[in-house]
Amino acid sequence: MNVISQETPPVLSIEKLTLALPALADRAHAVEGVTLAIAPGETLCVVGESGSGKSMIAHAVMGLLPKAVKPAGGAIRLAGRDLLSLDEPAMQDVRGREIGMIFQEPMTSLNPVMRVADQIIETFEAHGLHGASERRARAVALLTEVGLPDPPRLAKAYPHELSGGQRQRVMIAMALALEPKLLIADEPTTALDVTTQAQILKLLDNLRHKHGTAVLFITHDMGVVAEIADRIAVLEKGVLVEEGTADQVLGAPRHAYTQKLLAAVPSLVPPMRPALPESPPVLSVEGLGKIYRKRSFFGTAREVRAAEDISFSLVRGETLGLVGESGSGKSTVGRCCLRLIEPNSGRIVLSGQGSGDLVLSDLGPTALRQHRKRIQMVFQDPFASLNPRQTVGRIISDGPVAHGVARVTALMKARELLELVGLSANAVDRYPHEFSGGQRQRIGIARALALEPDVLVADEAVSALDVSVQAQILSLIKDIQSRLGLAILFVTHDLRVAAQICDRIAVMQRGRIVETGPTAALFAAPQHEYTRQLLAAVPGGGRFGH
Amino acid sequence: MNFLKRFCRNRGAVLGLVILLAVVAFALLAPSLYPSSPWRMVGRPFMAPFALERFPLGTDTLGRDIAAGMVHGARVSLMIGVVSTIVSLLIGVPLGAIAGYAGGFVDDALMRFTEFFQTIPSFALAIVLVAILQPQLGSIVLAIGVVSWPPVARLVRGEVLSLRTREYVQAAVTIGQSTPRIIFSQVLPNTVAPIIVMGSLMIGSAILLESALSFLGLGDPNLMSWGYMVGAGRTRLLDAWWISFFPGFAIFLTVLALNLAGEGLNDALNPRLARGRE
Repeated sequence: MNVISQETPPVLSIEKLTLALPALADRAHAVEGVTLAIAPGETLCVVGESGSGKSMIAHAVMGLLPKAVKPAGGAIRLAGRDLLSLDEPAMQDVRGREIGMIFQEPMTSLNPVMRVADQIIETFEAHGLHGASERRARAVALLTEVGLPDPPRLAKAYPHELSGGQRQRVMIAMALALEPKLLIADEPTTALDVTTQAQILKLLDNLRHKHGTAVLFITHDMGVVAEIADRIAVLEKGVLVEEGTADQVLGAPRHAYTQKLLAAVPSLVPPMRPALPESPPVLSVEGLGKIYRKRSFFGTAREVRAAEDISFSLVRGETLGLVGESGSGKSTVGRCCLRLIEPNSGRIVLSGQGSGDLVLSDLGPTALRQHRKRIQMVFQDPFASLNPRQTVGRIISDGPVAHGVARVTALMKARELLELVGLSANAVDRYPHEFSGGQRQRIGIARALALEPDVLVADEAVSALDVSVQAQILSLIKDIQSRLGLAILFVTHDLRVAAQICDRIAVMQRGRIVETGPTAALFAAPQHEYTRQLLAAVPGGGRFGH
Repeated sequence: MNFLKRFCRNRGAVLGLVILLAVVAFALLAPSLYPSSPWRMVGRPFMAPFALERFPLGTDTLGRDIAAGMVHGARVSLMIGVVSTIVSLLIGVPLGAIAGYAGGFVDDALMRFTEFFQTIPSFALAIVLVAILQPQLGSIVLAIGVVSWPPVARLVRGEVLSLRTREYVQAAVTIGQSTPRIIFSQVLPNTVAPIIVMGSLMIGSAILLESALSFLGLGDPNLMSWGYMVGAGRTRLLDAWWISFFPGFAIFLTVLALNLAGEGLNDALNPRLARGRE
């Protein structure tokens, strides 16, 4: 990391910025009295959990605040000029020319019906720069600079022809087209896979060294921060609680909130685990395969092999992690185990205590519905997985009621379950929107447990949560597992989480399991090339690994 | 209450609601305001409005009181509007829900069936249906219901298509709920808001359709309706404008009020969209 002398005037200085939220919001100010400065060529990471106001700062700098949020005080100075006092036309000129921005979603931030090069050329057009042929030449040069393969051909491609990482590179090329002094990156790698994320972070770092661009990097991921930051600012509920160099903040955090955030980052070193007693498997999957066919009128239909020849087994009390990048088929396998997606081939066998073997994959619709309770699922998105129009009690008791239990009895059980997952029993009468993300995920777990399953499939169950909440939910899952002896299939893309919770790990790539092994052994000595790549790409490996 | 507050923020919607309540009040009070039949000839024909205090809106070609016809017509228009909308919801909602939830072949078949109705001009179909079934209250309601359900089915299908991939619907599958139960308890309750909005707008178009039918003489011959009054007075539009004007204006006001109120409902039920419009 480069050392920047304090004397250089900052590119961007935010002074006592306060942004007012509308009257009905849960707090008065989105951010309150925030003072920050970024020197040329410096990367400042603003970190905080969801709702901390970190994105609002980025939007305030760009002049893109939602209508309901109003600046209530302070100043944003870009090279000495106060941006808050500029009118819309002046601000339009600043955007692109002096500040570039990269957004989170590479899928939605490019126009799907415009060629890639034309979108970059638009930036020049908007500012009336260069002639037609030079614009095109520059666009191709930019695509070359951000490391895209075969830039002249790629310039003519449409966004849907590119991968997520390639699209994000195009976004970076657009943001840097006019050589702005400041680049704002709002969670630019959150939607990307770890290996792609590592490449994009490296690219950003190279480019700012080369051009001396200051970078305002907004993120919630401490690992990413450790990779890229020169200085770090920590926001808690809109208030700046700590600011300092990366080494200071990560190495010796002073504020309790920063310490809590850092402590919550799961370690890549798997904890010691007692060996499980020998027992017959509860769930065994043999030769599972799933092919997605796209219906088409003419010609041959397109086939995607989402899962191929997948075999594994789970014993009582064991957690098997299914890890891989997006598109590796891990979620498909998880859902096939419950037959939420119908597998094309393979056998899924459930064998509980005393209930004999049950070939789940051979059951007809009616029998399947009766036996579904033995394998349950915890979903990814705590906001989408609970019906907004039902009370929590109804949500949890619906399962037992569907299996013939009286509603009153099921509601009594729901109260017990809510206490088991760490919520108060009177939550039964409340609606999902009254709960936070972590609390909702607890409700989702209670719903799955209401049917007393033998196997739980957790599909990215903690991916949508902030790190501190994530740690709580992980320990809850562990606690419940040791109490009830559940077998858990834990689907995740996050190797840190997998290291903490899984007994064994299966690594998936393009629909196949490439490596399986006990967690500690797999992390210590990965056998397959792809596993090694994944492990190397985990952000902040050096700092948080050991 | 939050819902009421959001509704009241839309001035037009409040105005619409006030007009609507006035029309409903007239319709309810019709038997006590004008106890005798609106078809009875009570005075000289072609009396201008306000010429006599007894007939504030004048009399028509046969000497019938126009005010009495208006008030009784409100009953008919509102009733046909509401009942035929309920009929079309009863056809459209289940069809849309089944198509959206089942998908695949069932979806294709039901949507082609829906398109079949959409390709026939709805007014022509309504005329044919009423003509075949004899112009009576029941057949008019049925005809309007039959021609206006396709948009409902399309709307519900779209909503259900997006809702059925939600995780809470998948969760309901994994806990073993039966399919009808999932549709009724998980999916449909979440489509209520757009259905209510669409329903309120459909009442307006049903009233228009009924007026058009009775204008052509295809109304129920025993019921006084606004459309019939406009049709009956149309030959004397130049010298006795009031015969057609008042019922026509009533149709205009009622449909406008329904649309305003429907839009207000839309804003109040989808607060996020409404805020974006400001």
